[in-house]
Amino acid sequence: MIGADAIIKCLEAEGVSTVFGYPGVAICPFFNSILDSEIQTVLIRTEQNAAHAASGVARMTGRPGVCAVTSGPGATNVITGIATAFADSIPLICITGQVNSELLGSDVFQEADITGTVESFVKYSYLVKNVNDIPRVFKEAFYIANTGRKGPVLIDIPIDIQNAVIKNFHYPEEVNLRTYKPTVKGHAVQIKKVIKELERAKRPIICAGGGVLLSEAEEELRGFAEEHGIPVVSTMMGIGVMPTEHPLYYGMVGNNGKAYANRAMNESDLLIMVGARVADRAVSQPDLITRNKILVHIDVDPAEIGKNAGPSIPLVGDAKHIFQDFQKEEFSCDYEEWIATLNEYRSTMEKKRTPNPNYVDPAAFITRLSEKMQEDGVYVADVGQNQIWSCGYHIVKKGKFLTSGGMGTMGYSIPAAMGAKTAAMDKQVIAVCGDGSFQMSMMELATIRQHNIPVKIIVLKNNYLGMVREYQHYTYKDHYSVVDLSGSPDLEKLSAAYDIPYLRLNNMEHVDEVLDAFLAEDNTMLLECMIDPMDLVK
Amino acid sequence: MKRIYSVLVENRSGVLCKVAGLFSRRCFNIDSLAVGETDDHAVSCMTIVSSGDERTLEQIEKQLNKKLDVIKVKTLSQEQCYTRELMLLKVKYNKNNRRDIIEICDIMKTEIVDMSKHFMMLQICDAPEKIDTLIKMLQTISIVEVARTGTLALSKCSENDD
Repeated sequence: MIGADAIIKCLEAEGVSTVFGYPGVAICPFFNSILDSEIQTVLIRTEQNAAHAASGVARMTGRPGVCAVTSGPGATNVITGIATAFADSIPLICITGQVNSELLGSDVFQEADITGTVESFVKYSYLVKNVNDIPRVFKEAFYIANTGRKGPVLIDIPIDIQNAVIKNFHYPEEVNLRTYKPTVKGHAVQIKKVIKELERAKRPIICAGGGVLLSEAEEELRGFAEEHGIPVVSTMMGIGVMPTEHPLYYGMVGNNGKAYANRAMNESDLLIMVGARVADRAVSQPDLITRNKILVHIDVDPAEIGKNAGPSIPLVGDAKHIFQDFQKEEFSCDYEEWIATLNEYRSTMEKKRTPNPNYVDPAAFITRLSEKMQEDGVYVADVGQNQIWSCGYHIVKKGKFLTSGGMGTMGYSIPAAMGAKTAAMDKQVIAVCGDGSFQMSMMELATIRQHNIPVKIIVLKNNYLGMVREYQHYTYKDHYSVVDLSGSPDLEKLSAAYDIPYLRLNNMEHVDEVLDAFLAEDNTMLLECMIDPMDLVK
Repeated sequence: MKRIYSVLVENRSGVLCKVAGLFSRRCFNIDSLAVGETDDHAVSCMTIVSSGDERTLEQIEKQLNKKLDVIKVKTLSQEQCYTRELMLLKVKYNKNNRRDIIEICDIMKTEIVDMSKHFMMLQICDAPEKIDTLIKMLQTISIVEVARTGTLALSKCSENDD
């Protein structure tokens, strides 16, 4: 057995079913060995998307997604995908081929110091210099990626190590890392303190972040909120923790969120922040969430607590464990007055849009789409105006909402949707992007075709890089610079070129029939919606 | 505010780079850095002196603890520990100031480790403030070259040490 065979054995032991990748000589031993295994390979069309697709897998399965690329440019291309996963704490295993270990450091063909380059975007990285280390390294990597605060781990393996003979392959059952022991259980004293504050509070609110989804604590959080009648808001990454139409859910906070969600958070007297980073887009003024209120910050990463806002009660641990512990506590509370106030805000503060009837109104369209989607359908939003509309108007029922929240990486939706679909073939998966973000990943139409991955794609086309155009509209008084997307391809012809069925929606008149046709079958289809180029999210 | 971090790390290649990278990426200051092996070959000790407000200093500790190659982080305030630096310093002397230099060395517990017709090499091992003082004293005389280590620090001895 050689190193490359050992890597495959490790992936099999971890239950990996799909590897997204792009070959080059330095990773060829790996792609040669994988032919002898049941693991499916998907040839992505650019390396960045291999990491995005793996991210889609991870977010559907709760297990690390895996991608494999070659050395040099293959490795550097994948960095944006890794950084995207890192910003959203998505577990990935990224395998990179490397030049012969004896040539390391001599700037030979396709050599890049990838472990050094990617350092600030990975939870950990390995450069494997001894073939016998492979089983231990992979065991550790999967463990590190998917425990504590999850994140990407990169494993760089020189070609000679992939080809070297490994004597005894034994996949370790346990990891032994003296420097890594994440705290998952919340401190009992701190938990009691939170309960005491809940008893005292008149206006409590829970703000759920992506960490709740990563620890699969939705049920526990929802159960706790329902039992005591505690209102919930979420960050962008926390969309999906509560069904959108749940009576206790008051929407997404932040500068692109709902005004009533922000007001609810600011007027609360007890704010329980869970699995959220308190970053600028969700909380533009950290002092507002500490002023006149008790801030409880729950996170599995101690460094997140107090980083952007000083909490009154820090609580380190995994959201699932902590809410299980909360559920064991009995206390009396009555927040009905507060709920009544929030309901009033919700019914009166929703912003009225004045859509142009000659175009598709993205807000109404997205709501209509969610109504027609399968209950557990997966909605993958890209980045730009389309993302803000998606966050604001998509109605989550039992499905997932995936997007690149932390890094805001354009082009995320199509490859992530491909990954999600591969991991859950029984689910309806829809990528919703703008015409800018679509063109950042449109090469993947070939991958979709080649591997028969039936994801549905919606392009909200407005001929502009809309989010930046909107910023220039407000900040530079319509002095538009480098945002005009003229020259974009005819999407009908493009779809035909890839042999992908195409639909187009010009305005809201035929929205129902077009959506019904679009969603009728579990197949790949591209739906182009014409959006008013001057439409704004704000 | 100044704080000293005594950081035990895995003695592997690239670890210094990871720790230094953490400081630069998050805009933390490094006032001084000293690295060396401990009694255990597999473990190195990094002594890092940094400054900032309370929140920054707390973040430094938390971010260091997050690094997977970091075994243990101890934070020390100046009152809680002994600090030492080593400095080698070359001065140019003549017969008029030779006596002065020797006298300063005497007072400052500084050793003369090497000498030529016009140059002298001095060595001092003391708290960083003392080293600064020596530099100041010798500045009137001509200093040719200075090399100093970063600060080393260990907490004061107590019966609870283990």
